[in-house]
Amino acid sequence: MIAFGQFTEVLLGGLLAGFLYSLVALGFVLIFKASGVFNFAQGAMVLLAGLALVRSLDFLVAKGFPYWIAVVIALLFAAAIMALTAWVIERFVLGPLVNQDGLTLFMATIGATFIIEGAAQMAFGSDVYPLRLFPTDAIFMFENTFPGGILVNKLDLWGAAIAAVLVAGLAVFFQYTKTGRALRAVADDHAAAQSVGIPISWIWFVVWLVAGLVALVAATVWGTKLSVQFSITFLALKALPVLIIGGFTSVPGAVIGGLLIGAGEKIAEAYLGPYIGGGIEYWFAYVLALLVLLVRPQGMFGERIIERV
Amino acid sequence: MRAPSGGEIASGEVLLAVENISLSFGGIKALSNVSFDIRKGEVRAIIGPNGAGKTSMLNVVNGFYHPDEGRITYRRQTRHRMKPYEAAASGIARTFQNVALFKGMSTLDNIMTGRTLKMRKGVLSQMIYWGASQKEEIEHREFVERIIDFLEIEHIRKAPVGKLPYGLQKRVELGRALAMEPELLLLDEPMAGMNLEEKLDMCRFILTVKDSFNTTIALIEHDMGVVMDLSDRVVVLDHGQKIADGTPAEVQGNKAVIDAYLGVAH
Repeated sequence: MIAFGQFTEVLLGGLLAGFLYSLVALGFVLIFKASGVFNFAQGAMVLLAGLALVRSLDFLVAKGFPYWIAVVIALLFAAAIMALTAWVIERFVLGPLVNQDGLTLFMATIGATFIIEGAAQMAFGSDVYPLRLFPTDAIFMFENTFPGGILVNKLDLWGAAIAAVLVAGLAVFFQYTKTGRALRAVADDHAAAQSVGIPISWIWFVVWLVAGLVALVAATVWGTKLSVQFSITFLALKALPVLIIGGFTSVPGAVIGGLLIGAGEKIAEAYLGPYIGGGIEYWFAYVLALLVLLVRPQGMFGERIIERV
Repeated sequence: MRAPSGGEIASGEVLLAVENISLSFGGIKALSNVSFDIRKGEVRAIIGPNGAGKTSMLNVVNGFYHPDEGRITYRRQTRHRMKPYEAAASGIARTFQNVALFKGMSTLDNIMTGRTLKMRKGVLSQMIYWGASQKEEIEHREFVERIIDFLEIEHIRKAPVGKLPYGLQKRVELGRALAMEPELLLLDEPMAGMNLEEKLDMCRFILTVKDSFNTTIALIEHDMGVVMDLSDRVVVLDHGQKIADGTPAEVQGNKAVIDAYLGVAH
């Protein structure tokens, strides 16, 4: 029973951590679904959102605002910054590249990454800024079921709840609204989308705005976990295997992929670690992704790649 | 289906006129000084050898290309250039030479995108799918289902269009254009790559669209039999210039047209 309790604790911890990976992966999926672009700048957007949030929050608190009012204002400010970023990217980076192929757009997002990272740190500073939006203490759960209970971090619970709400909202948005349908249409064919009267520049603004807001949500959770600092941009690297496993075009896939990787790496660490020397968490996700690539290159939930030849 | 809106132009009047359109890409002249008009309710064919500038002409009309010179008068409104969004919003729909569908989406969703401009409800109320926006979605679905019935593609309603055979893809593309309830429908080689049976079906659809829905049609087509049967008037382009304009019979007998198609003996 103790062994099962320990396994459950590791599994649960892994699944909850997986939700946090999904939060970052979601931003990628959104932009890929809607514009066929792999957005290299997603990690930089998380950094920008986090910096805008934490710096304006610190400023407001120092000015003597009550904490929760300051949080609300800071969130709105950060959202406005992400909206501005979305507009600038559409206007000056992607707008001039309508009807170009995906690789060109991908290169453009690499350029955007460096500009966003630089601008964010120039505007908001480049130190490590702690963020305390969610409780980070651990609690014991299921004490009646397992002896000693299961140790869970409250922050992970918050992250999971937020990810769940976000995914449900996005899934409905894509499937059941005309804007969602228009986003998918633009991803498939720019010219055809224009011909039915879908204004591409507006759609691209919307999608980058939504991705920016998802980055903001990711920044609230990850910023609380790791503090807001430059290394938060490396989250993007952790999101890659999540995307490969879940599929680049699937919102639910981003969640399942995140869960698999979160749970997989924790379990591997706990049970394989002692035999091969630990440190498994750092590479496990990539090996898993590689295996998926060999078997199912479109990911578990991605759209089948169909080419007529 | 109801008749398209904007019926202030009476049948037989000029719906669209292009005047002295010139277009070049770098040093290559795609169109030089082309003028013609399209009357309300007619099928107007645009024909010519490969590279004559037919597709470029359609791209000018629906705003993908902006002409270097010339004017476009549509519904008595003169513009130097159209934007694709404006063209769609003012009732110009089109299909593409190489089918341009949303491959990952179902037939139904593809055709539903044609309703984009007709849907008024906001994103939030659509997400909650409640009250007026539910009613709106259902109304548009009914409209789209009628188009699906008309084009006889009920059996592929839910299929992702990327997997469909070419002939059916062309039909879905026509359906998407019809969902816009266009006043002017631009068809770029709607029968290319089809077998005889598929061509006959497509001809039937085009004639029904013209007669029953009173839609004006501009048609690019290589099959001369089809052109002669379907169209009321024909404009012939060659090397970016207009070389003939008239009824199918007039154009067929025109010396310049015969030379352009068969080559001139030097």
